[in-house]
Amino acid sequence: MSTKDIVYIALFAAVTAAVGLFPPFPLPVTGVPISVQSIGPLLAGTILGARRGFLSQLLFVVLVAVGLPLLAGGRGGFGVFLGPSAGYLLAWPLIALFVGYMVERYWRNLTLLKTIAFSLIGALGISNLMGIPWMAALLGLNLVEAAISSLAFVPGDIAKAILASFIAMAVRCSYPIIEREKAPAT
Amino acid sequence: MSLGNYVHRESPIHRMPAGSKVLILVIGGTALFLVPDLLIMITILAATIVLYRVARIPMGIMVAQVRPIVWIFVLIFVFQLFTRDVAFAGMVVSRFVALLLLASLVTLTTPASEMIDAIERRIGWMRVIGVNPAKISLGLSLALRFIPVVAKITSEVREAQRARGLEWSVIAVALPVIIRTLKMADDVANAIDARGYDP
Amino acid sequence: MIEIRNVSLNYDSLSVLRDVSLTLSEKRIAIVGSNGSGKSSFARLLNGLQLPTEGTVVVDGFDTKKDGKQIRKRVGFVFQNPDNQIVFPVVDEDLAFGLKNLKLPPEVIEQKVTEALSRYDLLAFRKHASHHLSGGQKQLIAISGVLAMEPRYVVLDEPTTLLDLRNKRRIAEVIDSLEQTAIVVSHDLDFLRNFDRVIVFEDCRVVIDDTPSTALARYVERLS
Repeated sequence: MSTKDIVYIALFAAVTAAVGLFPPFPLPVTGVPISVQSIGPLLAGTILGARRGFLSQLLFVVLVAVGLPLLAGGRGGFGVFLGPSAGYLLAWPLIALFVGYMVERYWRNLTLLKTIAFSLIGALGISNLMGIPWMAALLGLNLVEAAISSLAFVPGDIAKAILASFIAMAVRCSYPIIEREKAPAT
Repeated sequence: MSLGNYVHRESPIHRMPAGSKVLILVIGGTALFLVPDLLIMITILAATIVLYRVARIPMGIMVAQVRPIVWIFVLIFVFQLFTRDVAFAGMVVSRFVALLLLASLVTLTTPASEMIDAIERRIGWMRVIGVNPAKISLGLSLALRFIPVVAKITSEVREAQRARGLEWSVIAVALPVIIRTLKMADDVANAIDARGYDP
Repeated sequence: MIEIRNVSLNYDSLSVLRDVSLTLSEKRIAIVGSNGSGKSSFARLLNGLQLPTEGTVVVDGFDTKKDGKQIRKRVGFVFQNPDNQIVFPVVDEDLAFGLKNLKLPPEVIEQKVTEALSRYDLLAFRKHASHHLSGGQKQLIAISGVLAMEPRYVVLDEPTTLLDLRNKRRIAEVIDSLEQTAIVVSHDLDFLRNFDRVIVFEDCRVVIDDTPSTALARYVERLS
């Protein structure tokens, strides 16, 4: 891993922290407040690719664990990992890994729609795959009940997947990171 | 480093090495699941609260650790009440509160920088599996350095977008922030190499 | 002595430098030119951050293409934006970084950090968070971090561009008092007046190479 890789990894851990500064926005209809922060793993994966995206989110999780108040609302520390949303947080590195892998694989003919599709699988699929069982176990719910209670977050996750894909495609045009690696020019 | 949830006090718990605290938390946390009885669990919970006194953490801060997820305790309690009985519901909830308070106590009494030092001292073995610990240290330091920088750039960009009424648009803010910081990252990588980084 | 022999530099199809040959032996050398003239890329050639597409750059007999390690020990580099140069969250950690890379023992590092900080009266900032310093202080920390490694040459890429007038003067004084050979890329023509040599880049080539008074007069003439 080159110096540049390490710098990018650290940068996207910091970017994920910075999006936590955006105030949560209330969802239309349900009014459930949604934090923008879970766009972090989508951006890390789509912009940095699988390996660096994964490591950047892992680094972020470690920084939260050591007590830095980096989660939206200034939360951090070991206590976070006992909370109801711990499963969702722990999914972040895997989301970045998956989205990054798919984006790298289809890099040459990547389209906005494909990126949105990958991001949706990450933001809805992987995220809930880890988040729902955790929440169910913690609250003593069965999986169906937990899944129903997480439906409120689906519109927000879809919005974030689309936003992240727009951003990723724009970065791909003006400042591609994955490309440079595949064809090292300078 | 002032950043963090750390509460500075003079106490034996503050003076304990970070690694020992985490180890005790892991062992103690696991042991909590072996306790079968409500009364013992409440005693443990009381002992945890005493630990906060020992650490001289104000009651308000202790309560603040639990408050955001009180609704979960209520949910768990009600659910267990229906499936089992009051004693079991009480035990499950007090175990959870004790666990959460213990975890938070470690965070409240250990500066993040000390925690990171503790990590850095314990990753030497990773060399065996082909991971260079020096690179992990550099990544941790860089992330700490970047967090305030990225936050500052974000607020600058939002300021600029405010003039165009776009300060709440995630794309109009995130995109320039990402491009600017990626360019910065290239310079930083150059600066690191220029100072002879060779792990 | 730094020798640049028939160096060309291309990014993909874009030509940045074309067949440049220079021998740099003076103590104070200024590199001047408009944006995109290739002067920043030229500066990066001198410590191997950038390798020439054609030709060679040789520092005291070491080729930047082959002896990267020796080159980095010899040629320090100060970037335009100190925010991008200061790598660590706390000031003394940042100064220690380059010294650790030289594999010096901890007590020597400690001592050299103290020396480097006291040179510019920065000891009070030793344990400060890097991001809380002012622009001028950051640039001084960045320069101290490079000088602590005791290079023989210091390349400075527009070190005063982002600073206010007072800090520009301070950095100019600092550069003036360096024991090392300094090669400075700058737009700031005033503080180049007491340099030994001024080299002007335009369209990927050296167009003027003279003493400051002559070179700057011709440069200003060319611009108008």
